[in-house]
Amino acid sequence: MALFENLSSRLTRITDAMRGKSRVTEKDIKDMMREIRLALLEADVNYQVVKDLSEEIGEKARGAEILQSLTPGQQVVKIVHEVLTGILGEEERLAVSPTGFTTIMLYGLQGTVKTTTAAKLALHLKDKGKKPMLVSVDVHRPAAREQLKILAEQIGVDSYINQEETSAVALARQGRERARYMMCDTLIIDTAGRMTVDEELMEELKSIQAEVEPDERLLVVDAMIGQEAVHIAEAFDSQVGLDGFIMTKLDGDARGGAALSIRRMTGKPIKMIGTGERPGDLELFRPDRLASRILGMGDVLSLIEKASDAFDEEQAGRTMERLKANTFTMQDMLEQLEQIQGMGSMKEMLAMIPGAGRKLGDMNLDDSDLFRTRAIIQSMTVRERENPRILDASRRRRIARGSGLEVQDVNRVVRHYDDMIKMMKQFGMLGQGGKRRRGKMPFGGLGF
Amino acid sequence: MTLFETFKKGLVKTRDFITAGIYKMAAGLGVFDDDMLDELEMMLIQADCGLMASKEAIEAIREHIRLTGDASRASVLTSLNRSLSAMITEKRLTANEGMLTIYLMVGVNGTGKTTTAAKLAQRAKSRGLLVMMAAADTFRAAAIEQLKVWGERTQTAVIAHQTGADPAAVVFDAIQAAHARKTELLIIDTAGRLHTKKNLMDELGKIRRVIDREAPEALLETILVIDATTGQNAIIQARAFHEATQVSALAITKLDGSAKGGVAIAVARETGLPLCLAGLGEGADDLQDFDCMLFLEALLPPA
Repeated sequence: MALFENLSSRLTRITDAMRGKSRVTEKDIKDMMREIRLALLEADVNYQVVKDLSEEIGEKARGAEILQSLTPGQQVVKIVHEVLTGILGEEERLAVSPTGFTTIMLYGLQGTVKTTTAAKLALHLKDKGKKPMLVSVDVHRPAAREQLKILAEQIGVDSYINQEETSAVALARQGRERARYMMCDTLIIDTAGRMTVDEELMEELKSIQAEVEPDERLLVVDAMIGQEAVHIAEAFDSQVGLDGFIMTKLDGDARGGAALSIRRMTGKPIKMIGTGERPGDLELFRPDRLASRILGMGDVLSLIEKASDAFDEEQAGRTMERLKANTFTMQDMLEQLEQIQGMGSMKEMLAMIPGAGRKLGDMNLDDSDLFRTRAIIQSMTVRERENPRILDASRRRRIARGSGLEVQDVNRVVRHYDDMIKMMKQFGMLGQGGKRRRGKMPFGGLGF
Repeated sequence: MTLFETFKKGLVKTRDFITAGIYKMAAGLGVFDDDMLDELEMMLIQADCGLMASKEAIEAIREHIRLTGDASRASVLTSLNRSLSAMITEKRLTANEGMLTIYLMVGVNGTGKTTTAAKLAQRAKSRGLLVMMAAADTFRAAAIEQLKVWGERTQTAVIAHQTGADPAAVVFDAIQAAHARKTELLIIDTAGRLHTKKNLMDELGKIRRVIDREAPEALLETILVIDATTGQNAIIQARAFHEATQVSALAITKLDGSAKGGVAIAVARETGLPLCLAGLGEGADDLQDFDCMLFLEALLPPA
């Protein structure tokens, strides 16, 4: 991801040149502000917002004793981060109606994954002990209602789907009646998306609003959106009114600068964020994490999440059992490898570590080692995998041929396996108060 | 409506935005100074053209002014048009009678792949080609139904499995069926996927391998569908998809929406990939072959 240089490496270049000076000149500040502006624009923060912010940040930077710090670049980054976090605001809860029956409406343009988000929201509320009902009033997109019905069934939430009805308002009314009849306490209405903010859509949304009087009107916004985000959000806010936003597709690598623009220009909070395709992938919004993301500062938390994503707990449990019982085989090692590969490439993962971006930027990392190891284990028979001790020279030659590699490569894998067993044993001793030893990591130092 | 009018209608908002800005800037003298050029650069950024493309275009204009000494509005606009057109290329999608052509539609979620696939099917059918669609989006709930509805509307055969099936298997079956029925155009709709999901990108690679193996004789166009509202992330998307499936052309959808469409320039410039389709509206006729000249003419005010 060398395309977008993150803010700290941009600033470090400038502050490195400032070394040795006794005070920051106006030009230094100007240069830094320029870099900040560029970084924010690359993150798709709205131009007007960037302009305002850079002035605000400039003021703070002038006041702060940047040069006293050992790392002036980081000092400025910290200021920027604080300003962004401040704008993004506090974590906000979803509204709950005092009447005991809450109505939530979701708006958005086409392709912002509104329907999936509606289902996620329902699951989120269900997990908190609510009894939500989903209703689709999308009479435009083919199979939109069908999609919501399937999703509702998947997550075990009530839904009201009427495929025949052609009036969105009537669908909303029927949905509310059904929700009350079913003793639900929350009604989630998934509205139709449009390509653009047009009269017809706004009229439709207004009539539905008049019918159901929503407590929470949320605009679903795609994290990848560009400079237009503000105009879209303002159009919805001024015409139908909004109470907040849900930002989706934050599991991609978009910086999500739109969140900052929207928050700044409309003053409305971001309430939830979508972080994946599964129904459970909806989270409360964390301002500081999003600020880091917009600045491209890496995201250790995402890395941890990614690791746990790829990590099959059951399988890990089995591995642990085997380790304890001293029956860790080549097959287990293969499974472990596959889990690591499931997390993505080494480069991708390193990119998420703050600071690693710059230092490891040019390092030539490739995953072929993992692939080779995998090929070798896959060329072994079941018996060999269970008991690598039987691997004599002839077997090793066969495996080398089978995997298209050299005998040395096979030897290396067997050695890694032995190292791993040894290391496991050391860890075992550690638990009993043995002194801390630095064990060699498996997979030729690629392990972590 | 002529093709130019379709482009113009779709891009009217962008054009108005840029026109208003340029006329306002050079209102008094009709001559551009340095600050105005900075402002013009910001306008390009606000149209999602990206930092690099915007900077390059403005530098070219400065150079042009330096060489010619002409800083008039007409001169600036001509130079802007020239430098932007140097950043983009176009490609005409073809499909021939009597042989198999495959369009593989790829992209992130919600860019309009299914709709674009259906419109392409309709267009090819009206030109008398034998068309078939394959529902290789087996992930999103009701995606198969959506394509089937389109299949009925356009009277096109749709090859589909169940939700959750292996998309590569759907593609395999579709190719077999296409061979058996002497289909001339097979359009494969795949599931939207974020380019950061390795497993899903690997799945695309597998689909690609199935096509290469089962239909080596076919003309394959791998079309990356990009939503014009997308910001600078579109560049990263394009690179990732290109790496996984060797994208051959870009389709920019929702150009008539709120977006200003500059992302087409940003992506084409950064990847060097040609633009093949422009989605300029919701109607079937609003999907047009991408025409760089018309695009820029519709985007920029006349010199």
